[in-house]
Amino acid sequence: MKPVPFDYVQAQSTEEALACLKDSDRNVRVLAGGQSLVAMLNLRLVRPNLLVDISQIESLSTIRQSKDILEIGAAVTQAELKQWPGLAESVPQLSMALPFVGHFQTRNKGTVCGSLAHADPSSELPLCLAALNGSVVLQSARRSRVLNAAEFQTGMLSTACQPDEMIVAARYPISREGDGFAFREVARRHGDFAIVALAAFVTESKIRLGIGGLASRPSVREWDILSEQELDEALNAFAWQLKGSDDIHATARYRRELVRRLGRQVIEEAKSARTKE
Amino acid sequence: MRELKSDRQHKITFTLDGRQVSGDAEPHLLLSDFLREKLGVTSVHVGCEHGVCGTCTVHIDGKAVRACLTFAVQVGNRRVDTVESLSNNEGELNDLQSAFRKHHALQCGFCTPGILMSVEHYLRHNSDPTESDVRDMLSGHLCRCTGYVGMVRAIMETAAKRKSGI
Repeated sequence: MKPVPFDYVQAQSTEEALACLKDSDRNVRVLAGGQSLVAMLNLRLVRPNLLVDISQIESLSTIRQSKDILEIGAAVTQAELKQWPGLAESVPQLSMALPFVGHFQTRNKGTVCGSLAHADPSSELPLCLAALNGSVVLQSARRSRVLNAAEFQTGMLSTACQPDEMIVAARYPISREGDGFAFREVARRHGDFAIVALAAFVTESKIRLGIGGLASRPSVREWDILSEQELDEALNAFAWQLKGSDDIHATARYRRELVRRLGRQVIEEAKSARTKE
Repeated sequence: MRELKSDRQHKITFTLDGRQVSGDAEPHLLLSDFLREKLGVTSVHVGCEHGVCGTCTVHIDGKAVRACLTFAVQVGNRRVDTVESLSNNEGELNDLQSAFRKHHALQCGFCTPGILMSVEHYLRHNSDPTESDVRDMLSGHLCRCTGYVGMVRAIMETAAKRKSGI
């Protein structure tokens, strides 16, 4: 349970960090809060030659709100975002989901962007990014690009981030008038990996439901407002399409049932949470 | 930009429980191992070594974090506090530690140092927690002998006393 030896740089600026990533001869990994990466290092599932610590870069430690998006820098911790005043109004779903992200002690160090970069299929922050159709800002020494959630997370623990790129910010869309949100999670113990996590986003004319913990990455469906029966059918079809499997935590059948029952509940909850226009 | 090489020892100077200390570490040395093996702070316990059990929890700049998910080279010029910082120089227990003793909130004591450090940080920002808040915070720690009932009682009592200034 000890990491392999590696070189270490504490980057003082994004440019410095990107310069380290340019070195294609070495396996370079970016360290922010380390709450996923260091566990992977300790288990020797990741064996880098160089670790670039971005946690002290001031320009990446900011949360900025514009008209449409909340932009969260790569060094912002989950605890900082959870305590950010106005989160419940700006991005209600994040404020509902953050208490489920790890534990108090890991949120103190774990970052929002680090959770997206780790891309665990059952984690909450990638699920919210997918449900809200947010995006990720990737930067390398030669270019900067913005990928939406579906383009970014390509599968289990895998993303479209190239070896010379790093996430510099995550962008979550700001809630508009008439939007409603809900979040639910089923786990054996609070803070554990979700057996199933559900994020609903309802507007006047659309229902969006994101499911985590079942497929290799968060899955989202969008429907027009449906009748009760149509919704049940749609949720049943969605539950089967996710192709969940049995494991020590739950059976596939139980997971499908959670999608059908709780899917219905979170959508109802989001509908009743819709702000008055 | 200074690159710390993997095969070298690097000197790290920081504040540990209020005293300035220094020690040498390779970049991949975990803070938990650094504290125990290089500086002799064996009150920092090592359990799962991947952030789950919580017994290695210490404060870095006042925040409760896992020492097993932090590298020693990351704490240079920062403040690290362990459970040793809670009692005074005469070894008298602080109010939280005394409450743990009173309510039988520990048995073997392996998980206790980490739990005490989490609670100290938590109560600073949540002076009036509910029992379910406390249980939520404790979910970041594993205790396999005495259970959590005594801990919850001790924490609730300490919170109430601190709030009323006793």
